[in-house]
Amino acid sequence: MTNRFKTSGYHLAMGLVSFLWIAPILWVVVISFRSFDDVAANGLGSLPHSFTFSTYRSAWQDADEFRALINSLLVTIPAVLLSLGFAATAAYGLARYNIPFRRTVLLLMLMGNLLPPQILLIPISRFVELTGYYDTLYALIAVHVGFGLGFYTFVLHGFMRDLPREIQEAATIDGAGPGKIFGSVILPLTRPALAALGALSFTWIFNDLLWSITVIRSGEKMPVTPALLGLQGLFVSSWNVIAAGTVIAAVPTLVVFLKFQKHFVSGLAIGAVK
Amino acid sequence: MHRISPLILAFVFVPFAIEAVWVFWPALQGFWLALTNWDGLTAPKFVGFGNFHDMVTDPIFRTALKNTAIWLVLFGGLSVIGGFGMALLLQKERRGVGIYRAALFTPVVFSLVVTALIWRVFYQPDGLVDSVLRGVGLGNFVRPWLADPDTALYAVILPALWRQIGYVMVLYLAGLKAVDPALYEAARVDGASAWQRTRYVTIPQLKGVNSVVLSVIVIDSLRSFDIVWSMTKGGPYHSSELLSTYMYSTAFQSTQLGYASAIAVVIFLLALAVILGYLIRAFREET
Repeated sequence: MTNRFKTSGYHLAMGLVSFLWIAPILWVVVISFRSFDDVAANGLGSLPHSFTFSTYRSAWQDADEFRALINSLLVTIPAVLLSLGFAATAAYGLARYNIPFRRTVLLLMLMGNLLPPQILLIPISRFVELTGYYDTLYALIAVHVGFGLGFYTFVLHGFMRDLPREIQEAATIDGAGPGKIFGSVILPLTRPALAALGALSFTWIFNDLLWSITVIRSGEKMPVTPALLGLQGLFVSSWNVIAAGTVIAAVPTLVVFLKFQKHFVSGLAIGAVK
Repeated sequence: MHRISPLILAFVFVPFAIEAVWVFWPALQGFWLALTNWDGLTAPKFVGFGNFHDMVTDPIFRTALKNTAIWLVLFGGLSVIGGFGMALLLQKERRGVGIYRAALFTPVVFSLVVTALIWRVFYQPDGLVDSVLRGVGLGNFVRPWLADPDTALYAVILPALWRQIGYVMVLYLAGLKAVDPALYEAARVDGASAWQRTRYVTIPQLKGVNSVVLSVIVIDSLRSFDIVWSMTKGGPYHSSELLSTYMYSTAFQSTQLGYASAIAVVIFLLALAVILGYLIRAFREET
């Protein structure tokens, strides 16, 4: 009896905590469907008295969030693929071959990722200006690839190092070269780690603000995260439209999360257990 | 192991070169620029440690440094306590626990800009926070949370915590899962209470996770930029200024690029201990 009492107490308390945790999100979703007149008359804190989609149309069309979303995907997808691709080849070489100074190389690469980005901001903005890539999505892709490589390489290296050596030797005896072994033996076996890092890096790059506002200037090239900040200037105190814009910007990462939930969580936990 | 083919060397060298161009080389330039005065137009003028000397008497820098310390202690400390506590509560697989974990975890998925906007709606004068305070008879406490220099910093820390606690929880959940169940069994046989099992089995077993969490927290705190920039831009009157936001506005709004680089070097130096600790750990793992 006391046990059941304890159990329901636990669920009551945790249910309440969970609800409070989610409440801010739900609240903003509710506001995003309220009309301007409703918000003006009853305040943001009141229960809704209206239901409209016009807020979403304003955010999507007038504020051009559509284009911002496209920009984000144009940056995020290539950046994720390129950084994981390069990290995988580097990790493969470092983990499976006796390359001189391989440990130093690996740690240098990891250190690059641990540097505070602030130290890179000014030189990189100057560098992309000099090379003529300032205010282009290419520059943003390159920055994300360069900055992410170290961490992804480190994680993939740890994963590849632990794969049994026999498979590789068997493939070598069968006449497969290093490139073939990488593509048809090692890479398929590394899939779980790649999926975890892929889900994780998608949200990191998609959610980025600092690099975007350092490298991109024109509004029509802004990815959705910085564009969301611009929305505030455009719809000053139209919090229902801003709320709709916020919901739109949150959907892609939420979709990736729901689709790759398992990988995403295991990706976050990478390194915690070791 | 194997003979190294040119392909393998290219496999390693190309990514390394990319990182060198986009990270190592700019970092070295950053250190050099910290020793100069530069407006971005004329050539940088070498001033040695002049920028660092100026910091000592710069009241905004001191505020930013103090706020960064507060951020480290409050944001870091509370997210560790909250994340660890939630991980302990949600550790056991039982009915409903997946939903609770998902709830605490959802904010991690969103960007800090999204987080900031959600909470800005909250803090609005007619928003939920004030409505609730009035509703429970605490109307005296109502204030413009983000525009009041006394509360701005803390009003920004709260959403940052809201997002970070779920993340720290995941790290601890992973760590708890890795603890050998036989240890709990043995403790139980010896008659240890739930609290004693936590204190003498769980916590010592989590040493590895603790060091990861600590590194993540310190590096995250020093890097924290998005949430402050989206909520207050460091204001009002620099009351919520962090080193990272001050660095950014000094660089790209006042275009004092040398001084901003020097602030970035301070951020780097503060992070250095953690970076070194992390690398030493990584180094040990690799051997």
